[in-house]
Formats: sequence, structure tokens, C-alpha cells
Amino acid sequence: MTLRIEIDDLAKHFGAIKAVDGVSFSVSKGEVLGFLGPNGAGKSTTMKMITGFLAPTRGTVRVCGYDVLKDPISVKAHLGYLPEGAPAYADMTPDSFLHFIAEIRGIKGADKKRAVASAAERARITTVMFQPIETLSKGYKRRVGLAQSILHNPPVLILDEPTDGLDPNQKHEVRTLINEMAEDKAIIISTHILEEVHALCTRNVVIANGKVRFDGTPQELESKSRYYHAVCVNVANIEQQAFETFLSSLDFVANVEKLSGEDGFRVYPKDGRQITAELSEKIRGNGWDIDALHAEHGRLDEVFRSITLPNAESSK
Amino acid sequence: MKMQNIWFIMKREFSGYFATPVAYVFIIIFLLLTGFSTFYVGNFFERGEADLYPFFSMHPWLYILLIPAISMRLWAEERKSGSIELLMTLPVSVFEAVLGKFFAAWAFTGLALLLNFPLWITVNYLGNPDNGVILASFLGSLLMAGGFLSIGSCISAITKNQVIAFVISLVISLIFVLAGFGIVIDFFAGWAPQTLVDVISSFSFLTHFDAISKGVIDLRDMLYFISLIAIWLFANALIVNARKAD
Repeated sequence: MTLRIEIDDLAKHFGAIKAVDGVSFSVSKGEVLGFLGPNGAGKSTTMKMITGFLAPTRGTVRVCGYDVLKDPISVKAHLGYLPEGAPAYADMTPDSFLHFIAEIRGIKGADKKRAVASAAERARITTVMFQPIETLSKGYKRRVGLAQSILHNPPVLILDEPTDGLDPNQKHEVRTLINEMAEDKAIIISTHILEEVHALCTRNVVIANGKVRFDGTPQELESKSRYYHAVCVNVANIEQQAFETFLSSLDFVANVEKLSGEDGFRVYPKDGRQITAELSEKIRGNGWDIDALHAEHGRLDEVFRSITLPNAESSK
Repeated sequence: MKMQNIWFIMKREFSGYFATPVAYVFIIIFLLLTGFSTFYVGNFFERGEADLYPFFSMHPWLYILLIPAISMRLWAEERKSGSIELLMTLPVSVFEAVLGKFFAAWAFTGLALLLNFPLWITVNYLGNPDNGVILASFLGSLLMAGGFLSIGSCISAITKNQVIAFVISLVISLIFVLAGFGIVIDFFAGWAPQTLVDVISSFSFLTHFDAISKGVIDLRDMLYFISLIAIWLFANALIVNARKAD
């Protein structure tokens, strides 16, 4: 694995406000890092520092080995960036806008034509290439920004909320596009849409109040949920009371909870183990018919809350 | 500094003027005002001389009003729309961006100036003017326009609001033109040391443009405008760097 982005003790203070306060992580080729956090947590500020738009108060950023403070031009040449809100030159058409970007990126002649066509194709904006950007819908504007960021096939891609404001179909298309590119790039995506953790990311960094609160895989993030590997189960031909007693008596079960609003129970395993198979075996061993049985994933919204709001954990 | 980047940014910015009716409105008003000032204020016909002095001598006053209208959008719009974040994360230096935009605005002004060619045809039809003088005055006027533009470009970088950029640029331009005038000198003479007063009066655009408008190109006048442009654009780059993310 080659390290493409290395961030060390990065901080940005605006007066007394510590927007980013000692963030460190790195991203390798092939990774899609989901950068999560509540609004105002410092996601955008961190991205602005990685792309060299904002100078850090302290700390270093290296992109493909280039230090963003010592050699900002090389850093910028190696990354594609979609800023928050996908700003563009509103009075230009996507066609002339992308040609401008290609020129600035040093792409010439036939390559320029090819790069613009391919970026437009991949971002699916070929039908609006000659309409002024200001007349385009939010979804198209976002995709013009996306086309701009991938035009030069950069080894590093920084996307600030790439699916914000898109409809479900457009979200799906953008995610497909990102997944297609994931293999040979290092990608950072900021989002607060938790479903994207699974749809897109191979790793997650959660920040809150300018500090990293979590760094790990989506599975590790889920496993922090109390619902992780819990099993919801119900049987038809036995009284609820007796069933609950039976479930509680099993040695791999930590806790049993009655489901609200429906029959059945939620069974929490000991040590976060996977217990679905064992459980169904035991139930069938008793000669009961299983009515419903499904394993739960971790609940990300709950994990997200407990990580980013330290107070929520104690009050729970 | 990569010349190519300056060229690409200039090209984009220049065509940006024509993407909206602004360019056409500006050019028409500029031509109306130059025509009006040449014939009615400058008494082009009554003077009975085959030259374009009435045309060129009015330029400082026209530029005070019109150049800020060209320069106000250069950075203010970029900051307002957020596209500055895009521009400044492309592999270009801030100096390349400042120069590219400045040259675009300058080229646009040059185009507007060139469109006064019917006046040149008229004066050549009516008499035998010294076209060398006219060319020198033209280049001098363009140089002075660059001075106004560098002020406007710099001021445009301090605000997101184009109207504020326009008004402040206009006031500073006015100060630079009037610096040689009595009221301005008096204002400073009361409290500032004499050397400062002398410096201020020697900073007047009028002082340096007067000879140029008669076709006399003095190296010192040219140097004045060139260094003025350089200083304002340098400040422009510093301001862009410091305030781009605000």
C-alpha cells in the first residue's frame, strides 16, 4: 500500500475557535476514506488545508510525498478537489469550463479533447455541455464540479459532500462513479449521510470539535453499536414469557429485550459474537417453529451520536 | 511563474466579460462618453487643430468612473461565488492568477479604447495630424488605464461586494488623479510633513499623464505608471492570499 495522503497534527485556529485541533490520519491508494462528523466539526476546514486553500495554524500535510506548505503547486497538480457546494464559473458552459480546467492542468491538444469528453461522460453531463452552468439544476452543477475534479485523472481525490442535494438516482450514479475510480486512487469524501459509509467507504474517520474521535473500518464503526450482531427473533407456538426465559438462559446471550410494537425479542450476544446460527439451532432443538429471525447491523446513527456528542453517552 | 497559466486565466476572464451584456453596455457607454467629452468638453472642432488632444486629455476623468466598473468584478465576484476556492486549488500561483485577471481587464480596456478609431479616421480626413503623437498618446492612455485597473483589481480583492469595490476604487482613483490639485494638497499640508506633501503631489496621475496626452513619452512617466501597477498588483496578490478563505 502506498501512502498518498499523510496528515500530521493538523490544526487551524480562527482566533480562539479551534476549528481543527490536532488531526492526524493517512490515506493509501485504493482507500475511500469517509470523513464523518456533524456540521461545523472541521471537515471542510481540514479538506481546505489538505488542498492548500487554507494555511494550517500548525501541522503538516503531504500529498503524494509533496508538502503542501513547501510545494503547494505540486500538491495541487496531484489532486482533484470538489469544494463544498461545487463552485464554478456560473456564466461559462460546462464545455468551456472543463476546457479551461484542462488547460490549467497542462493537458494539451487531442488529450485535452479526450480528457474533457471522458470526464463529461463519467460525470454524466454530456447532455448539458453547452448550457450556461448557472442555468443547470443543483444535481448537474454538482456533477460539473465532479467532472472538473476527475478531469486530469488525479491520484488523489478530495470530495466535499459530493452527493449533498442530489436525488437518490443521482446519488447512486455518483457513488457508482466513485467506486469505479476507487481502485487506483486515494479518495477522501466528507459526508454526513451515514448510508454512504457502507455504499462507498473502506475506512472512516469521525471528527467532532476539531478532533479525531474514530478511525477504522465501517465494520469497526458498526461494532461500537450496542445493536451490533443482535438478533431479532420470534417463534409461533410458545408463550412469550416462556420463550424469554429460555432465551435468557442461553450461555451466549448477554441480554434479552422485548421488541416494542410487535411480538418477539431482541437478543444481545456476549462479546459481540455472531450468534444467529447457534440461536436458531437451539430454538429448533426445542421443536419450536421460527416465525422470524434476523441479525441486526450496528446502528450508525446511534454510534455517530455517541461518538460526536460525548454527553449523549452518559445520558442514555 | 508560468506564462501559459497567465494566458489561460486571462483568456477565461476576457471571454467572461462577453458572456453577459456587461461588455457591450460598457463599450457603448465608453464610446458615448469619449465622443461627448471630445466634441463638447474638449471642443474638438472649435480648436481647429488636427490632433486628438481633446480626446486624450479627458481620459483620466473618464477612467475614474469607468475603470472601477471593469475591475470591480475581478476578485469580488470570485470570492462571492466561492469559485476562488476552485481557482486557488488549481496548480496556479496567486501571482499568475492576479496577472491573468489584470491583463484580461487591460485587454478589454484596450479594445474599448481602440473602438474609438472613427475619431482617428475623422481627424486624418480633416487634416494632417502627427500620427506618431496619436500613437504615443494612445499607448500612454493605455498605460494610465493599467494604473487605474491595478488599483481597482487590488480593491476588488478586499471585498465580496462589487458595489463596495466600485465605490472604493472610484474614490482612490479620484484621489490619485486629484493628488496634484490644490484641495488635496491643502488637506495634507495642514498636518503632514512637507516631504509627504511633495510625494503626494508627485503621485498625481494628471501630472504624469499631461505630457503623455500631448504625445511626449517621458521614461519617468512610464516608470511611474509601471511601478504603480506593480505595487498595486503585488498588494493585490498579498490580499488575495490573506483573504481568499474568508
